[in-house]
Amino acid sequence: MSDHESTYVPKTGIEKWLDTRLPIVRFGADYMSLPTPRNLNYWYTFGGILMLCLVIQIVTGIVLAMHYVPNTEMAFASVERIMRDVNGGWLIRYVHANGASMFFIAVYLHMLRGLYYGSYKAPREIIWILGCIIFFLMIATAFLGYVLPWGQMSFWGAEVITNLIGAVPVVGEPLLIWLRGGPAIDNATLNRFFSLHYLLPFVIFGVVVLHLWALHTAGQNNPTGILIPKERTAKDTLPFHPYFTVKDGFAIILFLILFALFVFYMPNALGHADNSIPANPLVTPAHIVPEWYMLPFYAILRAIPDKFGGVLAMFGAIGVLFVIPWLDTSRVRSMRYRPTMKVFFLIFLVVCFGLGWCGAQLPDAQVVPGMPSFMLLDGQLNSYLWLTRLLTAYYFAFFLIIMPWVGLKETPLPVPHSISEPVLDGGIPEQKA
Amino acid sequence: MARSGSIGAHERCDVTESVELNHDGQGAGETATRRDFIHVAAGAAAVGAGVMMAWPLVNQMNPAADTLALSTIEFDLTKVAEGMQVVIKWQGKPVFVRYRTPAEIQEATSTPLSALKDPQPDAERIKAGHEQYLVVIGSCTHLGCVPTFNAGDYGGWFCPCHGSHYDTSGRIRKGPAPTNLVVPAYEYISDTRVRIG
Repeated sequence: MSDHESTYVPKTGIEKWLDTRLPIVRFGADYMSLPTPRNLNYWYTFGGILMLCLVIQIVTGIVLAMHYVPNTEMAFASVERIMRDVNGGWLIRYVHANGASMFFIAVYLHMLRGLYYGSYKAPREIIWILGCIIFFLMIATAFLGYVLPWGQMSFWGAEVITNLIGAVPVVGEPLLIWLRGGPAIDNATLNRFFSLHYLLPFVIFGVVVLHLWALHTAGQNNPTGILIPKERTAKDTLPFHPYFTVKDGFAIILFLILFALFVFYMPNALGHADNSIPANPLVTPAHIVPEWYMLPFYAILRAIPDKFGGVLAMFGAIGVLFVIPWLDTSRVRSMRYRPTMKVFFLIFLVVCFGLGWCGAQLPDAQVVPGMPSFMLLDGQLNSYLWLTRLLTAYYFAFFLIIMPWVGLKETPLPVPHSISEPVLDGGIPEQKA
Repeated sequence: MARSGSIGAHERCDVTESVELNHDGQGAGETATRRDFIHVAAGAAAVGAGVMMAWPLVNQMNPAADTLALSTIEFDLTKVAEGMQVVIKWQGKPVFVRYRTPAEIQEATSTPLSALKDPQPDAERIKAGHEQYLVVIGSCTHLGCVPTFNAGDYGGWFCPCHGSHYDTSGRIRKGPAPTNLVVPAYEYISDTRVRIG
């Protein structure tokens, strides 16, 4: 909160000396005493969890870079050496590899929470846009990192994804050669991907700082979605510490249990067996699939019969997130008070899972095995191709049609005047009347 | 200059200063001053220098001299048996050299151009007098996977990634790929030897 006044009083001599030169202790103390909406639920703990994920990825990544060799001749072997010979290397690599998945689980829940409680709406548009930038950088970083072990999936994933850029009219081909550093994916590509994979997490860190700066300027949203009235600040908020440090801490422990479950009991559950085969530029694996967190976007790519159209739709699926603050026409932020929108949101959730499921299937495979169907344009109706198209249509319709339309048409439920009012003042005035 | 009244004096004072700073005799009221010129010139020089510095940083990502040097290879066609293909690596990419059977050639030449998504007669995709040998880059024009030999609905290749079907001339017939398999630049240096690149 921007109007939060500093209550920090330096006590020791060193603190006083430091406070007039670099008030870093004051900064930390002010952060801890920040007035925070008292009704934050556990969906609001993912910000802290994501910060932890970023730190884990950076720390384990720096350590892995001490042993990894970004060269096509040695990359695969150096990863195997990390797994077999480097002291504790297996643990560090499994934490880093599964950490990427954990990072995406957390970021998707964080984004869905923002979507449900209207955290993107004024005055928080910049927070949301910065978050979208972070999400895009995360996807780029994860893709670059997945190429580094130089297995079959690494190589062919890089081949397919870089080819997306080649679909751009006119400049696509020179751009592709420029990006790869040669006519095909080769040593030059691997080397630069390693360099960029090391760089991007620090860029993400920088954007996270801006994300938090914007958050503490506009103020945190809360499950009611209302802006806390100035005169109710004392009743509606609690200091960040100890109330929310403890809440975040508890959520982090639960999250780390899930994390450990993957690292220690099923470290390869989210990976692909094909990536244990060294990269071979002459043989494509029979079934290429990206990592689970990219599957919905991969499904959208395949849904469009035109190459460049598919690429536009895939990037559009991320691009549309940036303009949500202006697509939502509702005056109420939280879907807690938007019964109609809530239904569309639940369908959206199912659609996202459905797209993820379709992304992992062969496009020509039948959705209902054995059910007879007919050709519709370029594919059988009973195929993942057409299911994916249906789901893709809803994905875009949710943002571009439903969001502006429902916002204008629906009658929201009465919204409380403050967070504490329904509890301390005996209910919402509109309901009493 | 009369200095009566504090605010008025200040305003007039500022004007006087800016006139003095012009040094070009044009005086106040003219919009472009020598100082503006210096600002624009310095800014333009800085931008120019920045672009000149940025270009090597961008251009270093283009193929290096040693990468470009690997641009031609020779191949002995007697290594391919009739009805089979050999995959060779050229510029990091697979190249299919296919020895087509008479039936496959017949199929390729008899297909009407109207049935093709990227119309091109078979004759343009081979060298005259060497109809049996088809040389194409083995990289699907959709997203670059390596198509499977002798598979798909048209007897040519089938791409396992997103389901593109190619015929015995390497032309796209069905699926998401936009164009035919690319025929690289190559020439016959003898009856049984080709140089690709």
